[in-house]
Amino acid sequence: MKRYTWFCALLITACAEFEPAAPADNELLDGPVPGLTEAENLQFIRGDVAFNDEVFTVATGLGPLFVATSCGGCHPGDGKGHPFTTLARFGQANQTGNQFLHMGGPQLQNRAVPGFSVEQIPAGATSSLFTPPANTGLGFVDAVSDADLLAWADPLDADGDGISGIANWIELKSYSTERPNSIVQNGKYIGRFGKKAATYDLLQQTATAYNQDIGIASTYEPIDTYLHAEVDPEISNQTIQDVVFYLKTLKVPEPRSTTAEILSGKELFTTIGCAKCHRPEMKTGASPIAALANKTFFPYSDFLLHDMGPGLDDGYTEGSALTSEWRTPPLWGLGLSKNSQGGQYFLLHDGRAKSIEQAILLHGGEANTSKENFEALTVDEKKKLIQFLESL
Amino acid sequence: MKGSVIILMLLICATYTHAQVDSTLFKRTKPDTSRLNMNLDAVYNRPFLSVGKLPVSLGGYVEANYQHLGTDGVSEGHQFQMRRLTLFVASSIYRRIKFLSEIEFEDGTKEINIEFASVDIEFHPLLNLRGGIVMNPIGAFNQNHDGPKWEFIDRPVSATQLLPAIWSNVGFGLYGKLYKNNWVYAYEAYLTNGFDDQIISNTENKTFLPASKLNADRFEESFNGVPLITTKAAIRHKRIGELGLSYMGGVYNKFQEDGLVLDVKRRVDTWAVDFNTTLPKTNTYLTTEWAYILVDVPETYTQQYGKRQAGGFVDVVQPLIRKPIFGFDRSVINAAFRFEYVDWNLETFNETGNSIGDRFISVVPGISWRPASQTVIRLNYRYNWQTDLFGNPASKTAGFQFGFSSYF
Repeated sequence: MKRYTWFCALLITACAEFEPAAPADNELLDGPVPGLTEAENLQFIRGDVAFNDEVFTVATGLGPLFVATSCGGCHPGDGKGHPFTTLARFGQANQTGNQFLHMGGPQLQNRAVPGFSVEQIPAGATSSLFTPPANTGLGFVDAVSDADLLAWADPLDADGDGISGIANWIELKSYSTERPNSIVQNGKYIGRFGKKAATYDLLQQTATAYNQDIGIASTYEPIDTYLHAEVDPEISNQTIQDVVFYLKTLKVPEPRSTTAEILSGKELFTTIGCAKCHRPEMKTGASPIAALANKTFFPYSDFLLHDMGPGLDDGYTEGSALTSEWRTPPLWGLGLSKNSQGGQYFLLHDGRAKSIEQAILLHGGEANTSKENFEALTVDEKKKLIQFLESL
Repeated sequence: MKGSVIILMLLICATYTHAQVDSTLFKRTKPDTSRLNMNLDAVYNRPFLSVGKLPVSLGGYVEANYQHLGTDGVSEGHQFQMRRLTLFVASSIYRRIKFLSEIEFEDGTKEINIEFASVDIEFHPLLNLRGGIVMNPIGAFNQNHDGPKWEFIDRPVSATQLLPAIWSNVGFGLYGKLYKNNWVYAYEAYLTNGFDDQIISNTENKTFLPASKLNADRFEESFNGVPLITTKAAIRHKRIGELGLSYMGGVYNKFQEDGLVLDVKRRVDTWAVDFNTTLPKTNTYLTTEWAYILVDVPETYTQQYGKRQAGGFVDVVQPLIRKPIFGFDRSVINAAFRFEYVDWNLETFNETGNSIGDRFISVVPGISWRPASQTVIRLNYRYNWQTDLFGNPASKTAGFQFGFSSYF
């Protein structure tokens, strides 16, 4: 009898050995930052479920105009999106604001539930495509002080390196809470999220995405994108706050390899000037989430706007940014992009670059010198540089 | 007070009262094991228990299991599940008029469904009328789904999630069989209530025919007033096996209400082919079913919901040992293997021209022990691969399942 008991115990223990192993932690973008409390873990899980598992249907408020049916649909595994979920925005060509808000701007809802017609970009409106970004480490970006962000800005190019870097000064949404020690300029605040840095915080990002991407009205963003009128909330404040918390507490990607070639590529990255905008290191300030407070992190971005030249100027903008100005996208997790983009790269703001090399070569404006430096590298050096970028 | 005394007396009486029914009066109707039975007959080809000359017979089956599955390193741990308790009541109302009902409790009482409740009237073997809640004869599994008949704990994904087994609706239809030497020819044709627009708006985030099962009103009224047509033709040879071809289709959306036009009529059409045989030399049992689904999804909706889907499964069961085991003198031990494949979306992305992912593959090796033909104890190991819409690296789920299923 004892023998059978041991056999059964062994069998049960062995069960787990026949199950798929977890991928290495540095192969995944999802998962919480280390050091959350038990209560924070619970809220993270609630946010995770709302973000990745909740699918909106006609019965639960989808649309009638929409881009996607769930948050996770645009950010698979919390990674970058795919051309299928790339959205279009239109209607603002300069700093005077969006002139097409009355015609469905700023975002095109290119899908509609049965019986409804999709939106079209109005004649005369300029537009740009936006590929969904990875959600990596957003809480760390949120916790950087305004002063630290502005420390990298060089609007007049005082150091003469051809790179300026400016903040996008935006209106604060009524529901957003001003960060402690915020720097305000003419009543406007520094935006730090979104490809044009036109979003102040993750509450604005989340509430706007529910509204503009899925057609879900909330107490924060109560205007229905089809009716252009205020409607009853279709999602609870608690769920939105849970998703905000989830986004804040997603971990940062870890470099996946440090071979000699990769270290050599990292040196080249600095040598040819990439690191002037894609700044490797930043620090968070104070945060109510202890796990995010006063931490050093490695986003490879300065989160400021840079003129990227006419090649990347779509004629559309947001906030105080010029149409040719784009926020430096963080490069952390770049090598994992293919795992969320269906096995190939769709890089730059609209996914037009199908490889890292192509993305570099499409840089212009303030990044022109760095691009030329890259072109001047040997084949082997280029390979090392790309290996480094893929290791992030 | 008086009531309490009566209850107390009844309880005391019950304590000292033995069974009043002579168990020898119970008669077990064994299922027909002739090789001319078809999937069409599965609903009546079950072991029933009848009492004396009462025209009512009872039956059912139960299945429960343990499983330990993990997905990409994350496991829900040890799980014990009461998958199903199903009760049958059959009655011979008159010569060639019969009734059968099947009520299923799934996952305890989480789902309670009337899966079948029909009156059959036989005018001629080739012409039978069936009406009530019928199981639409799409594929073979939908009609032939009893747990004790299968060597696998999970039902096939292609049969239960691509096709919507168990898929029952209210309606009427005709069926019949023709025997000719070693051949049997059969047909079925039904008009029933059908699908609704949940098949393209559901929390599965894909075209998902079983989503319409959430519409309990379908037993009371049609969603759009257009009947769902289900037809099947099957042919069986005593030694070769059975081949079935089936079709089910109709309008799934609400295209008008109160005389106002809401949309164009949008159709869902499904085709299935099923085959089963027993290889004579090895006694190997093969069962397979494949389905193709075509759904008219509006162009302005989302490609998340596929216009075309396909999938199926192949089961191979090989009896290995036939000898008494633990005193069960007709024991059989089988080796079993299942392969399943479902492509939830056969389209290509409008934006890239690349194939849409959303595919499922599963392999399930297993061993089963049948101490009696109506009881099966099963040990399965399953390994699934599921890719998302974009075809990103598949999530992998695997683990062991152990359980039983038995008619009673």
